[in-house]
Amino acid sequence: MEKPESQVDKREIKLAKMPPGMEGQGFFATTLDSVIGLARSNSMWPLPFATSCCGIEFMATMGANYDLARFGSERMSFSPRQADLLMVMGTIAKKMAPILRQVYEQMAEPKWVIAVGACATSGGIFDSYSVLQGIDRIIPVDVYVPGCAPRPEQILDGVMRIQDLVKNESLRRRNQPEYKQLLASYGIE
Amino acid sequence: MALNNDTVISRLNETFGGKILSTELSADFLNVEVAADALKEIAKFLRNDPEMSFIYLTDICGVHMPEQKDRELGVVYHLHNLVANYRLRVKTWLPVTNPEVDSVTDIWTGANWMERETYDFFGVIFTGHPNLKRILNVDHMEMFPLRKEFPLEDSSREDKDDRFFGR
Ligand code: SF4
Repeated sequence: MEKPESQVDKREIKLAKMPPGMEGQGFFATTLDSVIGLARSNSMWPLPFATSCCGIEFMATMGANYDLARFGSERMSFSPRQADLLMVMGTIAKKMAPILRQVYEQMAEPKWVIAVGACATSGGIFDSYSVLQGIDRIIPVDVYVPGCAPRPEQILDGVMRIQDLVKNESLRRRNQPEYKQLLASYGIE
Repeated sequence: MALNNDTVISRLNETFGGKILSTELSADFLNVEVAADALKEIAKFLRNDPEMSFIYLTDICGVHMPEQKDRELGVVYHLHNLVANYRLRVKTWLPVTNPEVDSVTDIWTGANWMERETYDFFGVIFTGHPNLKRILNVDHMEMFPLRKEFPLEDSSREDKDDRFFGR
């Protein structure tokens, strides 16, 4: 039975934590960085790049039991232009590598990458002439989720680590010399 | 229209004589080894002869046996007569120094990608193939990965400690 609205305990509704700031009668002042970080981290649009078994775990993560939508990632973007988070799940064959890289390059800044599973992280069990030994050989990766395959909880944890990054890093990340250097090391402009 | 091993063996022997090198049964499954230079004629016969009618080419695959001198690379054709529901395996062996055999793409169109795959992994040259280039591996690969002299593992890994792999 649903409770009438007046009886809903307000504490049951989980709201995003307020960033530190000045509060007073009818106003709240904080830094622009933290407001934007808050907004961005709670409305990530992931691009699922699911190539094999790990992709199946991701489908469970998207489903009602684990429900990635709770973290603001309701909307999967299958267009790299509109995605914030590239989720690479599965074995990346060397033939697939240029395609993955093109998808990454087509994403607009700001963008983050999460490598889900042993294959995307390191090639996994496929130490073979045909499999890319970790996607970090072609694109920079922010968070690695270990496991073969990782459970949906682990994937959720990976997404939450990305949220932490998004919340806390500088809005001008792409202008930092370290970031430019990182991209240059991958030959990405 | 029943087809059996004896009919196929005798028809092949009477039509091609010395080009049929050997026949053997493995698990009730007839294997015919043929000379590479006659492969195309034999394939045409098996496809077009009204009694044979192997209209379906199930698969082409390669084998590498480095210890067989001058017949290191094998090409195996799996044929199926759909009417009689009878299957046949045709094998031919080629020297690794000059692994050339006629393409059968104009007999079975489906051979196109299968021959490309066999070329990709074993380096068998199918003469007469319309577009013989790599199909599954990256285009710039310089080896034929299923030949035994090439390493199966990725050569760019530096983080593997041989002690943990029994080497
Ligand atoms: S890490 Fe394991 S489960 Fe994931 S894609 Fe690779 S083999 Fe499949």
